[in-house]
Amino acid sequence: MLPDLVLATVPLEHVLILGAILFAIGLYLALAKRNAIAVLMGVELMLNATNVTLLAFSRFIVSPRPLDGQVFAIFVITVAAAEAAVALALAVAVYRHRETVNIDEIDLLRW
Amino acid sequence: MINDTGIVIAFYIIGATTVGSALMVATVRNLIHAVLFLVLTFVGVAGIYIVLSADFVAMAQILIYAGAISVLLVFAVMLTPSADRKNSETSFQLPALALTVFVLAVSVFVIYDTNWQLAGRGQFLSTAASLGRAFLHPYVVPFEVASVLLVVAMVGAIVLTQEEASDAA
Repeated sequence: MLPDLVLATVPLEHVLILGAILFAIGLYLALAKRNAIAVLMGVELMLNATNVTLLAFSRFIVSPRPLDGQVFAIFVITVAAAEAAVALALAVAVYRHRETVNIDEIDLLRW
Repeated sequence: MINDTGIVIAFYIIGATTVGSALMVATVRNLIHAVLFLVLTFVGVAGIYIVLSADFVAMAQILIYAGAISVLLVFAVMLTPSADRKNSETSFQLPALALTVFVLAVSVFVIYDTNWQLAGRGQFLSTAASLGRAFLHPYVVPFEVASVLLVVAMVGAIVLTQEEASDAA
């Protein structure tokens, strides 16, 4: 009989729950924060959580090409970098016109 | 499956650190401190990638997220100097919290309710060479589209942030 520590494993479910917790925190940041840059931080955290889930499936699940999950994660990182650059440029451009990045005050399209 | 004792311990320690710093991003009261905790979260996620034997993706994560995107975030905070530096919530805080808890509960239920088809394979040996071949053979078109996307995003960011050209020219 081996002690439990030697037989310890990380089950797939625990990795997926870590991804779900990170996604939920990112969702909260994106929905509830007042500063546009904090909202963007939430979006980045959600993309990171998605990558954790993709890599967990790539590591654990039956697949003819198991490394394809990692290829997909690289594409997610690429799109996230492009999105961050454009979104931060938008925040700076809005600040130049309105002197604020508070999303409660950016209400030009409100009727 | 992951059953190396050191890696198991590393997973739970890194996972707790990552979730803790992500919670600090949501609760800390200064926006710059929130950015710094977000960097810690990105590094922790890179550690999780290494536990999942994705060494190349972990290095890309550290270079792009902990390096480039965090610098962009700090720049964006610094370039909006008279904006509010408080990391405060809108009036939608309670509905947002309710929706977040709902999404988390549904996710956890689905994770435990699904019958996953586990492969039971060992860890991948170094992945960089296989990933490079995958980018050149089945995924060459998405790879090129991604490079076009990066160029478009770069040009877009420059155009959005440059000063009014009509005065300068």
